[in-house]
Amino acid sequence: MIKGKIAKVSGPLVIANNMSGVQMFEIVRVGEKELFGEVIETKGDLASIQVYEETEGLKVGEEVISTGNSLSVELGPGIMGGIYDGIQRPLKALRDLQGDFISRGISVSALDTNKKWLFQAIAKQGDQLTSGDFLGFVQETHLVKHYIMIPPGLSGKILEIKEGEFTINENVATLKDSEGVEHHICMMQKYPVRIGRPFVDKLQPNEPLITGQRVFDAMFPIFKGGTACIPGPFGSGKTVMQHQLARWSDADIIIYVGCGERGNEMTEVLIDFPELKDPRSGRPLMERTVLIANTSNMPVAARETSVFTGIAIAEYFRDMGYNVAMMADSTSRWAEAMREVSGRLEEMPGEEGYPAYLGSRIASFYERAGKVKTVGNPGRTATLSVIGAVSPPGGDLSDPVVQATLREVRVFWGLDARLAFARHFPSINWLISYSLYSHEFEKYFEKGELKGFNNLRKWALKVLEEESELQEIVRLVGMDALSPNDRLTLEVARSIREDFLQQNSYHEIDTYTSLSKQFLMLKVISTFEETARMAVQKEVEIESILELPLKESISRMKEVKETDLQKLEILTVNVKEMIAGLIGGRA
Amino acid sequence: MITKEYLGASSIAGPLMVVEGVEGIGYEELVEIKSKDRFTLGKVLEVSGDKAVVQLFESPQGLDPQSLRIHFTGKSLRLGVSLEMLGRVLDGLGRPRDGGAPPLAEEFIDINGRPINPFSRDYPNEFIETGISSIDGLNVLVRGQKLPVFSGSGMPHMRIAAQIVRQAKVLKSGESFAVIFAGMGITFEEANFLIKDFEASGAMERTTVFLNLANEPVIERIAIPRVALTLAEYLAFTHDYHVLVILADMTNYCEALREVSAARKEIPGRRGYPGYMYTDLSTIYERAGRIHGKTGSITQIPILTMPEDDRTHPIPDLTGYITEGQIFLSRALHRKGIYPPMDVLPSLSRLMTKGIGPGKTREDHSDLSNQLFSAYARGREARELAIILGEGALLDVDKKFLRFADVFENRFLRQGEYESRSVIETLEKGWQILSLLPVEELKRVRKEFITKYLDKYFSQAGDVQEDSIL
Ligand SMILES: Nc1ncnc2c1ncn2[C@@H]1O[C@H](COP(=O)(O)OP(=O)(O)OP(=O)(O)O)[C@@H](O)[C@H]1O
Ligand SMILES: Nc1ncnc2c1ncn2[C@@H]1O[C@H](COP(=O)(O)OP(=O)(O)O)[C@@H](O)[C@H]1O
Ligand SMILES: [Mg+2]
Ligand SMILES: [Mg+2]
Repeated sequence: MIKGKIAKVSGPLVIANNMSGVQMFEIVRVGEKELFGEVIETKGDLASIQVYEETEGLKVGEEVISTGNSLSVELGPGIMGGIYDGIQRPLKALRDLQGDFISRGISVSALDTNKKWLFQAIAKQGDQLTSGDFLGFVQETHLVKHYIMIPPGLSGKILEIKEGEFTINENVATLKDSEGVEHHICMMQKYPVRIGRPFVDKLQPNEPLITGQRVFDAMFPIFKGGTACIPGPFGSGKTVMQHQLARWSDADIIIYVGCGERGNEMTEVLIDFPELKDPRSGRPLMERTVLIANTSNMPVAARETSVFTGIAIAEYFRDMGYNVAMMADSTSRWAEAMREVSGRLEEMPGEEGYPAYLGSRIASFYERAGKVKTVGNPGRTATLSVIGAVSPPGGDLSDPVVQATLREVRVFWGLDARLAFARHFPSINWLISYSLYSHEFEKYFEKGELKGFNNLRKWALKVLEEESELQEIVRLVGMDALSPNDRLTLEVARSIREDFLQQNSYHEIDTYTSLSKQFLMLKVISTFEETARMAVQKEVEIESILELPLKESISRMKEVKETDLQKLEILTVNVKEMIAGLIGGRA
Repeated sequence: MITKEYLGASSIAGPLMVVEGVEGIGYEELVEIKSKDRFTLGKVLEVSGDKAVVQLFESPQGLDPQSLRIHFTGKSLRLGVSLEMLGRVLDGLGRPRDGGAPPLAEEFIDINGRPINPFSRDYPNEFIETGISSIDGLNVLVRGQKLPVFSGSGMPHMRIAAQIVRQAKVLKSGESFAVIFAGMGITFEEANFLIKDFEASGAMERTTVFLNLANEPVIERIAIPRVALTLAEYLAFTHDYHVLVILADMTNYCEALREVSAARKEIPGRRGYPGYMYTDLSTIYERAGRIHGKTGSITQIPILTMPEDDRTHPIPDLTGYITEGQIFLSRALHRKGIYPPMDVLPSLSRLMTKGIGPGKTREDHSDLSNQLFSAYARGREARELAIILGEGALLDVDKKFLRFADVFENRFLRQGEYESRSVIETLEKGWQILSLLPVEELKRVRKEFITKYLDKYFSQAGDVQEDSIL
């Protein structure tokens, strides 16, 4: 154990002397109150420490004690449905101990150490196991079977394995390694947050992450194991979209990190999620969700780690073979926390004062996403998808955090203040957004019931592109200059925007749309275009097409329940017949 | 606790004082500084070896570094709070400015406060009726929200704040209300107008004013919002008050912050404001809210003037990233003589969905406001096109949207300074104006609401057009 003394205090940064021998990223306890800190720089016998709690009152000369550990998460049954701060202290326990306001110097175990869980064995006595192998499982919630795995770095023969009710710290198995050393294994394991968990192989994502959000699924899809970013100015809908993803996407496990954002937004999740039902299982969403909440007014250094705490938990569930999705709102606050600490360290600043290593930090975070073949037996593939919100100053996409993020992620959902002002939500700008999974999308929808989805997608994007060119012309010379065909294109584009892309998260039906419904909705609009185009060719007046009582039925497609989808098929037929009627009428 | 006293500072530069040869000084502790004829306060900004950097809360003018007696108190800055403070006008550190006796403290509380545990928060969902259509109809204020006004110099933000204080009510009885006004660097006239208005409406007896005027030292602004919120927390969470806190002008606060940062030679963030300004502002704004199991609440209306009306300026930008929405004022509407000149489109209340609906306002509120927003946005687009190409170049339907936008500004937004509209009046006005548009264009409202709330206005649509002021 190394004992040093505080030499300087400046905000969240403490410099201590007499610290030679301390490791980088080692956890230390700072001062009389034993505040949590992490060593982020060593120089001679000086150590620079970022402190995860308020440093008010710390004095020069107070003691700093090393712990020999690096910042780790506690992993085991009891983690699901929890809400933690940036260093995985359970906020409920903090409330019970300290009251409604957070104070300092408290260490609480992340997981309930008294609760007994029913451990069911998978492995048997005499089995030869290596790290990642399933030892057994606990049915943690209705939705989550929590597998107990051999921790990383351990292997050997099972001498004994138990079954029954245990706390997370009681032995459930004993393992003898090749050197004859016996290891007692309990259901809880610790793992350092800054190091990615090992895996066997990275694979190409090939299944869409279905989110129920039309602009994502049908236009700019993310795949399971993929990465996406949502940059946008304040009020453009980053958080609402992240919440929607956490609610509706078809991942098995959701890790939601509120990083330096509003307290009430975390409260909203805490209040809503236990009531909202998973559309597939009908169970409360909280049963598959872990929340990390380090709000903007909580200590800055813990904000920096909250993202790593989240991804370390996410990787643990990935290793069980699950499809995990992690949302981080907002990664800009995380980058700013790095900037603040870097500034106090007097490091040479890069762009906009961010540290020069900003890009590599962002890269090393998104790199932890992916579809992998996990370690351990039985062999399994699993995915970890990561979706980060970015909050650039003034919504300006040239911001260094946006730029560094765009170099890493495969899907870009660009939010647009102008759309948000007109209450076009989600305010995803369809002209700048992209998904690099369009090839995978095409392959995935080559066969099956939704065959043709990819053509509809390409068609819709093309119409929207044409619209933007036509609007240029309208702005110069007015609507009159357009041919009937162009007028029709504008009408169809408006319909795609308003009747398909726009989706109200707060509407009980509109909030989630299945792929089948998305497909049918696009089908209706494209049928409208096809037949209307034919009619225009036959010199039917475009006004008379627009006067048909179709516009309203099309705009009400969103309100059609998932159980009534045949209504949309009927609408397709109606669209065809009514417009054809106009052609017939002329003949 | 042993407190420490030293004679003489080694330097004073701007708002910073350096004291050397010290020992056992705590980060952020309160410092009392005595000179021959003055007593001032400061706090420790940095300790390093035997050196402490102290930020002064008051102007250093007339202080001679060598002769100062500097007392490190070992405590952080605390505010003595009590119910007696209601009805008083105090300075940035809670001392009387109104000639009265210092209020007797019931409790001393650290002005920095502590973060509310997100697990303890209760979601704000109680509608506050302000009587102003552009707020109640479109950007609803709820109890426990932080909703700033983004204004510009010369615009009527203070009058709007005063109108909210006069008219705001919640549909419940038997509750205690209080108003806390923190004036930072505002002019004597502005402060005087507000205090007179509070007195005239009878609000003053449940109001505390903390004041630092424009001609008073900039650094005295740094403590004000925290002092004001400390009293607010005491009233809300100890005495069950519903507290409305108005912070004006946050731009002046941020400038004071920049001054301290510059004096410390910190690496600046955008436009010279410190990189930690987001965090600093959040420790002010996040002190709004409600707590499970407690009756009281803190609602904040920070007011800030955007330098050069620039929305991307770091002060409105960082504020908007923290607060739960924002109300923009528009200079164009103000020039047209429309009061309140609310710039509807970029304005937003993020907590609106939870504060409206059946049992709170009315079932159609959410659909109606969405429809008004999108119709007005389309009307504004049409107006822009009409400016370039002439109204003749518009399609018939776009002409209708253009007309809608005009009527909307004149009948819905425009309102008297002493006119209070109930939320039902506001909603009805909204439907009435929507009747100017073809019904198939009203895609944002449920069909049943059209039958229930709109159809009755159709026959009268002509009337709306005739007596509207264009
Ligand atoms: N003395 C300095 N040392 C290090 N970095 C600096 C220094 N001065 C400015 N910077 C960095 O350069 C960036 C640009 O500063 P500048 O004052 O030009 O901002 P700006 O152009 O007004 O802001 P913006 O264009 O983002 O609205 C700052 O954000 C800051 O991080
Ligand atoms: N999909 C949506 N449907 C309806 N309203 C939305 C949607 N997305 C955003 N909004 C509205 O916009 C507001 C701001 O969204 P939010 O996600 O909090 O923005 P950001 O995180 O980008 O600052 C929300 O409070 C809500 O009123
Ligand atoms: Mg947000
Ligand atoms: Mg710049």
